[in-house]
Amino acid sequence: MTDFADIWSYLSQGPLLWLTATLAAYALGDACFRLAGRSPLVNPVLIAVAALAVLLHLTATPYATYFEGAQFVHFLLGPATVALALPLYDSLPRLRRAFAPALAALLAGSFTAALSALAIAKALGVEGVVLASLAPKSATAPVAIGIAEGLGGSPTLTAVLVILTGITGAVVATPLLNLLGLRDWRARGFAVGLTSHGIGTARALQVHPTAGAFAALGMALNAIATALVAPLSLSLIQQGFP
Amino acid sequence: MLHALIAILTFQLLGETAVRALALPLPGPVLGMMGLLAAMIGSARFAALIRPTAQGILAHLSLLFVPAGAGVVGHLATLGGQTGAILLAVVLSTVLAITVGALTFAAVARLTGSQDD
Repeated sequence: MTDFADIWSYLSQGPLLWLTATLAAYALGDACFRLAGRSPLVNPVLIAVAALAVLLHLTATPYATYFEGAQFVHFLLGPATVALALPLYDSLPRLRRAFAPALAALLAGSFTAALSALAIAKALGVEGVVLASLAPKSATAPVAIGIAEGLGGSPTLTAVLVILTGITGAVVATPLLNLLGLRDWRARGFAVGLTSHGIGTARALQVHPTAGAFAALGMALNAIATALVAPLSLSLIQQGFP
Repeated sequence: MLHALIAILTFQLLGETAVRALALPLPGPVLGMMGLLAAMIGSARFAALIRPTAQGILAHLSLLFVPAGAGVVGHLATLGGQTGAILLAVVLSTVLAITVGALTFAAVARLTGSQDD
């Protein structure tokens, strides 16, 4: 009979164990999210990441070994980005009726998100790789990760910053927009989706169907806009304003 | 399902190829998304073929950032004292972007008389 330690050393080196662990950790996070009544504060990805971090630490598994298994999930980020054409296609009729406001809000919101984050971080002494990882944080994760890689940022750090941006937007949006006295559900939803991508869109859908549709539109359009806005904002901030 | 998957991967492949061949400042999959969107607008039949597979991939979109997210643990040491600054930048910029985005949308909608339904 083979020793458990031998079986473990075989399994922990292959992709099967870590692929299973990734899916199981996410299922755990999703179950917590449902139990908490879909509160934006209980984010399934953050729970899954925390659970995996503890597991990797306890088993002394290097991230590179883990990633050999998890890369099958990571790979799907590309096809998922392409599939975002579907929600964009579905909201085209609404986009045609609100083309000017959507375009103006997209430009203003996308530049505000990237420039203000970079300016604040730089003023507080953040530089280099971390700054580049921060630039695309309002875009949906697969796109933001692709942009961060292109800018010399860290894809893993970007993934976490994207999630934190999503949670922040989902939590502050309703009180903030009430404070501003805005009643146009299109404006409210669009701004939340543009800033806080999928997590914000899920929140907007809970609040109002029109807000949800425009949030999906804001998310999809900002995926395209951020690809241009993030590199431009980063070079502006790095060179410094005269 | 098979044909839809081939179509999605092909658009990604075309996007990656074009981005590299033309040195475009976009991630390949974003260009692939724009190509797929154009094809869906061109043919309603094609859009119907893509729909179930695209919905399947997007249903668990959050799962896809778990592997990258798990790597942050290795970064905690390098981040060190910058953590507070980064959190402040994320929270303030999110509040600012929602405010500016929503106010701009509402103002331009009023100017152009754009209304929903």
